[in-house]
Parts: sequence; structure tokens; C-alpha cells
Amino acid sequence: MEITVKVRRVPEQEGASRSVVGAESSGEMAGAAQPRTGKARTSTAPGYWQTYHMEAKPTDRILDVLMALKSEQDGTLTFRRSCGHGICGSDAIRINGKNRLACKTLVKDLGPGRAITLEPLKGLPVVKDLVVDMEPFLAAYRSVLPYLIADTSTTPTTERLQSPQEHARFEKTTKCILCAACTTSCPVLWTNPDYTGPMAMVNAHRFVFDSRDVAAEERFAALSDGEGVWRCRTTFNCTEACPRDIPITEVIGELKRAMIAQAL
Amino acid sequence: MIPRRDPAKRAVVVPQRAELTSWVIMRVTGALLIVLVGGHLAINLMTGHGVHSVDFAFVSGKWASPFWQVWDLLLLLAGLGHGANGMRTVINDYVRGDRARLTWKLVMGVVVAILVALGSLVIFTHDPCPHGAPADLLPSFCG
Repeated sequence: MEITVKVRRVPEQEGASRSVVGAESSGEMAGAAQPRTGKARTSTAPGYWQTYHMEAKPTDRILDVLMALKSEQDGTLTFRRSCGHGICGSDAIRINGKNRLACKTLVKDLGPGRAITLEPLKGLPVVKDLVVDMEPFLAAYRSVLPYLIADTSTTPTTERLQSPQEHARFEKTTKCILCAACTTSCPVLWTNPDYTGPMAMVNAHRFVFDSRDVAAEERFAALSDGEGVWRCRTTFNCTEACPRDIPITEVIGELKRAMIAQAL
Repeated sequence: MIPRRDPAKRAVVVPQRAELTSWVIMRVTGALLIVLVGGHLAINLMTGHGVHSVDFAFVSGKWASPFWQVWDLLLLLAGLGHGANGMRTVINDYVRGDRARLTWKLVMGVVVAILVALGSLVIFTHDPCPHGAPADLLPSFCG
């Protein structure tokens, strides 16, 4: 079948103009500081729409479409991919206005006879075309200490055992692949780039409710200021966007309850 | 794209518990409002001749009782508290710049303070039997 694909093309952005972290310290790359205007925060991605026509099977993935476009029509088209099997989280993009993985979305899923639109994720700086700078997203990830902090007051002599029930408490949040589909679907992030975002909360949940972990309070501290869990407006965009079906809004609710319990 | 701000450079330092407290207040006042507004509507609209019986005498009769004075005061405080807290989050989310945010929140705070003062004043200083008013407009207990 013949399909029409509209891709948001963005010329390559210099490090300084897109950089978010450390822009002021990167020498001549830094250049003038970016003006903080409402337009820059809330507009759709910069650049222009480019329309392609091609043959595709209904069962082709959007990633196949992108690969075919790049190899057969336009070698300058830029996107990120890695495993192509829905587990590395590299190819999250905005497909027909919704955040999805290109490798898990089929042409037939998008409705026949309609142009397919592909855009970079919203709310993160665009590097080029569909590639965004993940650094602000990963900085939020690091802020919640996404690793096991076990009790080291005594030297362990055996494994740190955990029952299936104890594991079940946080099993749902172990599925996160850091694709950024959730965080960049959040309207709070679109208006406020300082917001910690749902992904960091999912990964905080992963360790806060782990029976072997002892650093819940430190993670709560990272999530408790003005940009933490209390800024969540429960719009459920993240839950809808998650390609791993993590019930993210519920997870954030569990964190809020745990933080209230701790405060009392 | 806008650079992330250094948290230490924020104009207003928000205490760690402030947002948690605000979130809890939102839930508590929300639950309270269901009861208070429900009771208010039930009494005002579903008893007697419904909305047609609401007049000066009806309101005066209600406020002659400390129960309804306290009820309406709670309604005033919960409603304004809930609404103002909601507006605060909207300002935090959508107003650009620390100074503009602070200004809007101050304006809102002043408006809320005036409304609370006026509302409380009316509830507690209301004269059910003003001198010289036609008797058919007054509650039955006015001499």
C-alpha cells in the first residue's frame, strides 16, 4: 500500500543552542544564553514538515518505514534506534501526536488513508530531526539514586534474599526501559523543564519499595521539593504513553502516600 | 530549550514540606466541600418551595443559628482555600518568571484575604431584623 509520511525535520542544532546542562561552561560552544521565552517552551518542535510517499506493508513497523526512507529516499533523515525489539528504548518518537516506540507501532495501527506524522519527543532539546538530547531526562534519573543502596552496617555473608511477595511490591516498575515516552508526554514538563518527571518517579519507586533498600528517605528528598511528585497533575498522559504498560500514575500515587506516611 | 535552573538560585526557597501539606489540604478541603456544598444545596433547594423560598428572611433565619454560621464559615474557608490553592498551582505551572509568579500569588492572596474578611463579617454581624424594614420581608422571629 502507498503511504504518506510527514516527518518533522530539524536542522542539526549546535551543542550551545540546544544544550541544557552546563551550557555556560562549555567555552565557545556556549555562545549567547538562550532567551527564556514562552514560545520556546510551548511551541511544537522547531524545523519544518517534509512529506515522503512510499510503499509499505500494513504489518511494517514505523521503524521499518524510517529505515526504508533513510536507505532509499533521504540519507540525511536522522533518528535513533538500537535493538528494534521494544526493549532498548532508543526509538521513542511522537507518532501521530502520541509518544510511542517506532519499533512497536505498525503502519496498520495508525488508521488507513491518513498521513503518518513523525516528530521528535516534546520537552527535550532537539539535536537533529527525530533525535533529542536525553541529558535533562537522565539528570532527573540520576537525582533519585537509581541503584540499590543496601544496609552495609554489617558485612553480608550471604545473598540479600527477597521473597516473591517482597519482589511483587515493585515488580511493575522494574519494567522501565528509559525511553522517555512518559516524561515527554507530560504537560507539566512541557511548561516546566525543571520538573522531575514520571520516569524518575517510576525508578524511585523501583528502589523505595525494594525490601533490601534503605535509602527511601534520600529519594523522597529528591522528589519532595516544588518539582517533585506534588507537581504531578494526574493527567494520565504518562500511563497512556508507556510502551511497557507500567501504571505510572498509580506508581506516583503510591509514592505520594508513602511520603505522607513518612512525614507523619 | 530552556536551561534547567540551579535550585540554589531560585528566588523563593520553598520549604520541603510545603507542597506535601498543600497536597493534603487540597484533598481534605475537597472531601469537606462535598459534604458542605451538598448540605447547603439540600437545605436551600430541596426543602420547602425550593429556590423560591430563598430570600432575606430565609438567610436571616439560617444565620440566627450558630450551626449554620459555622457551616457557612467552613464553606467559605474550604471553598476559598481549595480554589486559591488550585490557582496557586496554575500560577506555578503557567506563569513565566519568578517575579511574575510572586506578583500574581500576592494579588491572589490579597483578594482571598479580602473575601474571607468580608464573608466572615457578613456571617457574624448580620442583622436579621433591620430597623424599619417591612415586616413581610423579615424572618418570623423579628418582633
